[in-house]
Amino acid sequence: MKHFSAARLLREAVRGQSGWTEHWRSPDRPAPAYDAVIVGAGGHGLATAYYLAKQHGITRVAVLEKGWLGGGNTGRNTTIIRSNYLMAESAALYDHAVKLWEGLSRELNYNVMFSPRGVMMLAHTVHDVQVAKRHVYANQLAGIDNDWLSPAQAQAYCPPLRLDAGMRYPVLGAALQRRGGTARHDAVAWGYARAASALGVDIVQNCEVTGIRRDASGAICGVDTTRGAVSARRVGVVAAGHTSVVMAQAGVRMPIESYPLQALVSEPVKPCFPCVVMSNTIHAYISQSDKGELVIGAGTDAYTSYSQQGGLHIATHTLDAICELFPQFRRMRMLRNWGGIVDVTPDRSPIIGKTPVPGLYVNCGWGTGGFKATPGSGHVFAHTMAHDAPHPINAPFALDRFRTGQLIDEAAAAAVAH
Amino acid sequence: MLLIPCPICGIRPEAEFTYAGEAHIARPAEPASLDDHAWGEFLYARTNPKGDHAERWRHTHGCGRFFNAVRNTHTDRFITSYLAGTARPHGTPSAASPDAPAMRNDTEQWGQA
Repeated sequence: MKHFSAARLLREAVRGQSGWTEHWRSPDRPAPAYDAVIVGAGGHGLATAYYLAKQHGITRVAVLEKGWLGGGNTGRNTTIIRSNYLMAESAALYDHAVKLWEGLSRELNYNVMFSPRGVMMLAHTVHDVQVAKRHVYANQLAGIDNDWLSPAQAQAYCPPLRLDAGMRYPVLGAALQRRGGTARHDAVAWGYARAASALGVDIVQNCEVTGIRRDASGAICGVDTTRGAVSARRVGVVAAGHTSVVMAQAGVRMPIESYPLQALVSEPVKPCFPCVVMSNTIHAYISQSDKGELVIGAGTDAYTSYSQQGGLHIATHTLDAICELFPQFRRMRMLRNWGGIVDVTPDRSPIIGKTPVPGLYVNCGWGTGGFKATPGSGHVFAHTMAHDAPHPINAPFALDRFRTGQLIDEAAAAAVAH
Repeated sequence: MLLIPCPICGIRPEAEFTYAGEAHIARPAEPASLDDHAWGEFLYARTNPKGDHAERWRHTHGCGRFFNAVRNTHTDRFITSYLAGTARPHGTPSAASPDAPAMRNDTEQWGQA
């Protein structure tokens, strides 16, 4: 892997850009054996592989991907990053991720375009105000930045915000996390893939895992794929919406339901929107990408599905709210909308840890808000796989909590009121 | 928006319905006799298949009745629907098989009983 630097940019500029090479190796098929196999080359899976190699010295790792790298929810989300969660366990997990985001471009030598422009969460009802203030105070006690803004302060931070009294969704205030923001989703997947590949990790695309092998004692001994069998004593499933399907291959039933979640982008325009604005009550979030498109997230559909498309009425509901809150966008045209399949747990918190099958680990259940956790998720999951024991940060997020009853009941975890 | 075949009212738009999750999960007759694992499985574990899924719907803004339906979660195509309390029809074909009944989700069938 050649190091990216200003000097190299200059050199390539005078050499006709002829010296650039592929960012990561793309073997056609996996090797017969690895120390660890990751199922799923999204951000979380690639981050796991990177930290396994970088921090734990486990470099004989394969990341197996059914489709193409970063083509699932990593490439479909609205890229919002924040850590203002209510429960102490969640706040610790997501703030761990935010701290890694802050140094990630340097760590990976890849510009992930992390932009801490602030995430503002609107309150529209008295109940919203009470809930938001409770979050703000809980976060402040936990040492996580989060401030309460009056409507006028909210508008000062985000001038497009409308404050008329007669609105369908009046703005009564907002919670602002200034360290929150966005990042370039593709660059996150590419940056982790490049850094992991340089450390020896094999990333095999168009390679679907079709079976999970267990030996006579019941422990993991490998996987079957569409490109040959692979033996490995450690398998980490990081398959997002398809987690239930993959885990069924090992005979494990999961507390997961998969729902379609939609997002949209508008035509690109000049910079006009300075931060991220979210509203739990009306299921809308919006920011502007560096390319100029408005990136808008809608709610989930009511029913489970793997169809990767949601109902138009769900997106319409969100656009109604966006146009009400930001009248300047009423004449904007939408370029694309799409759906992803999100894996939702009963308590809306992720599952990161061991499973009843020795050697099988799972990282899933991120629901509608997993992108923000990508570096932290990979970091603690790599620790879990390397030591066969969870990192203190992900210990509360064990699959076993659905047996013990120690749920992490984070109604806010998805940033939408499920 | 899905068009959903209510077994009582016929095909109606999704906006009239409330989704109620996987069907045929019966509450254990003697909960006290279950260990934590079995109770957790009852409460939380779901099949979540990519394929035919037996699920409950309630026709909230219609007849108000709960009923069951089999829908393919990959195509979102309904295979059949049947009254609550009745068993899933045997041999429910998958949407991929050629003998799958063509559920005509068109406006002609709206309002048919």
